[in-house]
Amino acid sequence: MELTGAQALMRSLEMSGVEVMFGLPGGAILPVYDPVLDSSIRHVLVRHEQGAGHMAQGYAHVTGKPGVAMVTSGPAATNIVTPLCDAFMDSIPLVVVTGQVAMSAIGSDAFQECDTTGITMAVTKHNYLVTDPADIPRIVAEAFHIATTGRPGPVLIDLPKDVSNAMMTWYWPDSVDLPGYQPQRDVDAAAIAEAVQLIRTAERPVIYAGGGLLKARAAEALRELAEMCDIHVVTTLMARGVFPDRHRLCLGMPGMHGNYTAVTAMQQADLLINLGARFDDRVTGNPAHFAPDAKVIHVDIDPAEHGKVRVPDVAIVGDAKVAVEALIAALRPSDGSAATDALADRSAWKSTVSGWQEQFPLSYDQPSGGHPLKPQYVVEQLRDHTPDDTIVVAGVGQHQMWASQFWQFDYPYTWVNSGGLGTMGFAVPAAIGAKVGRPDRTVWAIDGDGCFQMTAQELISASAENIPVKVGILNNAYLGMVRQWQELFYAERYSEVYLSADHPDYVGWAEAMGCVGIRVESAEEVVPAITKANAVNDRPVVIDFRVDTDEKVYPMVPAGGSNDDIILGPEGDADAALKGTAPS
Amino acid sequence: MSGAQGTNLSPEETAVVSLPQEPDLHIFAAIVENKFGVLARIAGLFSRRGFNIFSLAVAPTADPEYSRITIVVDVHNTDVNQIAKQLDKLVNVINISELHPSDSLERELMLARVGAVDLEAVTDVISEYGGEVLDQADGEAIVSVSAHPDRLDRCERQLRPFGLHVLQRTGRIALRALDADEPAVGMTA
Ligand SMILES: Cc1ncc(C[n+]2csc(CCOP(=O)(O)OP(=O)(O)O)c2C)c(N)n1
Ligand SMILES: [Mg+2]
Repeated sequence: MELTGAQALMRSLEMSGVEVMFGLPGGAILPVYDPVLDSSIRHVLVRHEQGAGHMAQGYAHVTGKPGVAMVTSGPAATNIVTPLCDAFMDSIPLVVVTGQVAMSAIGSDAFQECDTTGITMAVTKHNYLVTDPADIPRIVAEAFHIATTGRPGPVLIDLPKDVSNAMMTWYWPDSVDLPGYQPQRDVDAAAIAEAVQLIRTAERPVIYAGGGLLKARAAEALRELAEMCDIHVVTTLMARGVFPDRHRLCLGMPGMHGNYTAVTAMQQADLLINLGARFDDRVTGNPAHFAPDAKVIHVDIDPAEHGKVRVPDVAIVGDAKVAVEALIAALRPSDGSAATDALADRSAWKSTVSGWQEQFPLSYDQPSGGHPLKPQYVVEQLRDHTPDDTIVVAGVGQHQMWASQFWQFDYPYTWVNSGGLGTMGFAVPAAIGAKVGRPDRTVWAIDGDGCFQMTAQELISASAENIPVKVGILNNAYLGMVRQWQELFYAERYSEVYLSADHPDYVGWAEAMGCVGIRVESAEEVVPAITKANAVNDRPVVIDFRVDTDEKVYPMVPAGGSNDDIILGPEGDADAALKGTAPS
Repeated sequence: MSGAQGTNLSPEETAVVSLPQEPDLHIFAAIVENKFGVLARIAGLFSRRGFNIFSLAVAPTADPEYSRITIVVDVHNTDVNQIAKQLDKLVNVINISELHPSDSLERELMLARVGAVDLEAVTDVISEYGGEVLDQADGEAIVSVSAHPDRLDRCERQLRPFGLHVLQRTGRIALRALDADEPAVGMTA
């Protein structure tokens, strides 16, 4: 069968199991947009290419399938660089197709030419410039293989216009041959045995659960390991939901804005069992002072993560689920006795930890009378008045931290956010992608007013395509997180952070984009507004929650500081608390 | 946490102050697919991870589908294993290994245009290193010397007094010695 390169591309995407793609056409990709009309793949037309990339990410987050986006050359390719980088940082599988000028024009500064493979080399797991239409099926098959296996990530295919117009003889490869790419899934038995030794003797162990567990679909295995060995679990920002927040062993989120118990338990642990996390600086604080007494078991499918920040005592290369299951098998006594019988006594540690939990819960104060409205209160009401398996998508800033802190994540794949890159504007498009991937679920974006203004136009795409996402803007009239830093570290000298609560008129804007718009100014209006929003299922809803400008995110570990210096709130720090409870 | 709060706000926390130090050179050999952009991928990886390339030599292997690259890296402030592991992540890199100088044979080629009013004296110097005079005219000579890079350094120093008008060195290439053990990282490079 003879096909054009363009037809071969669409056919290859279909063969790769693609059901949905996000994109926007233009000159260099025009040939491919013609067979889009005949394809079984649903195409969601975006309003800005950054939106296409984040939608593909949101889709990938909640489905576990690779997200696919397609855009034209030049400015469209540069517009999608941010999502590529975001996906690279957070290990999200994406396949992005960009149009390119004709081969003969490459290097001539042709109209809408840009060196897309050059620009994206640093932010993709791999990329391709297609030079022969006969290579298209092979390259597409390789791209999906690379994007979804090992440590997942974005792969870009740059497709010159003459290559999509040229003819090729169709085939579909039944395997890929990549001699330089052989991710290791299986784990080394000797390393598992060493890890088991450390777990057996640890008196203050903590499981440091990272996003890799979600990628490996290892939530159940994690729960079995934690329960069997009775070990506390912290879930990083990327791993919220992988272990239920309501579980007695769950300590919640560690890090710069983690809760006191999660931060301090890691800090004072004698064993950290890192499962698919990467010792990100937002978790460790100053790495030189991080968890000084802890031995480290580090499971990662990417061997380069071992020793990148912290040298592990036991490095386990492999798939997180395979590793956790191997640990379970090795720790489970063959005689039917309780696994904990073979472990060190940890009762002192347990009571220390529960003491912290009691003494230092996350807290805030919603003044009676409802004014000013506290953002944390909004998050709690959203949590309590939406289905338990609601998917929550956050932007980047204070609202993101409040969402992570005050939501209760009890199911995996219910939390979507931009962790590594911290991309403002992520929430709206990622929520749309998530809703496309899980139309059966309620999807709420918890966004900031600043973030919303960066990508709100994608709500037009959502209205046009009947994708009924819900967006709650925690409108504090500021680039709040930056304001918080200026307040705390720059003597309240507020520089270029004021946005205004009224401009834009979010309700009017929402309605102009075909959404339902609701404004909420006091605590009493919160629940009725949420109830009203939940009842709308034929279009997106935007709620403009006017929240307290002065509210700050606590606890906080100042950047570059030690996690021992955690600040609990405006009323001072944790020093006093640490004394007396710290194991010597 | 999220990167939101300060990736862009607090450079001081990650800044590394490096003082001029003696280079600590390590040799890596990589077999790579001879594909478009491979060298750019490697160079890009080195620059974005802050690894310092001291020299780099690339040419196709006996099988023209692959190239062999010898990279000499100054590993001050860098974990040697990170370099190998990050390189190994590149899809087009088939394998990578570190060559220890004690286990390896190293060579580098130098071409130099030197002052040669006293041609005999120049010839004396380079013949000590097995070099040869390729060209001479008007009190200048072009010489070629191939030797172990350390010896080449010495040769270069000895030629300096004659006037070293143009100097081109290739960067080193290296092979594991026949009786050396295989390294822990990588395999058959
Ligand atoms: C694209 C981008 N630009 C700038 C920043 C730096 N930054 C981090 S949080 C933040 C403020 C976000 O404001 P808003 O969306 O209103 O959220 P808030 O912190 O007020 O909840 C800024 C500017 C960023 N993370 N991403
Ligand atoms: Mg704000």
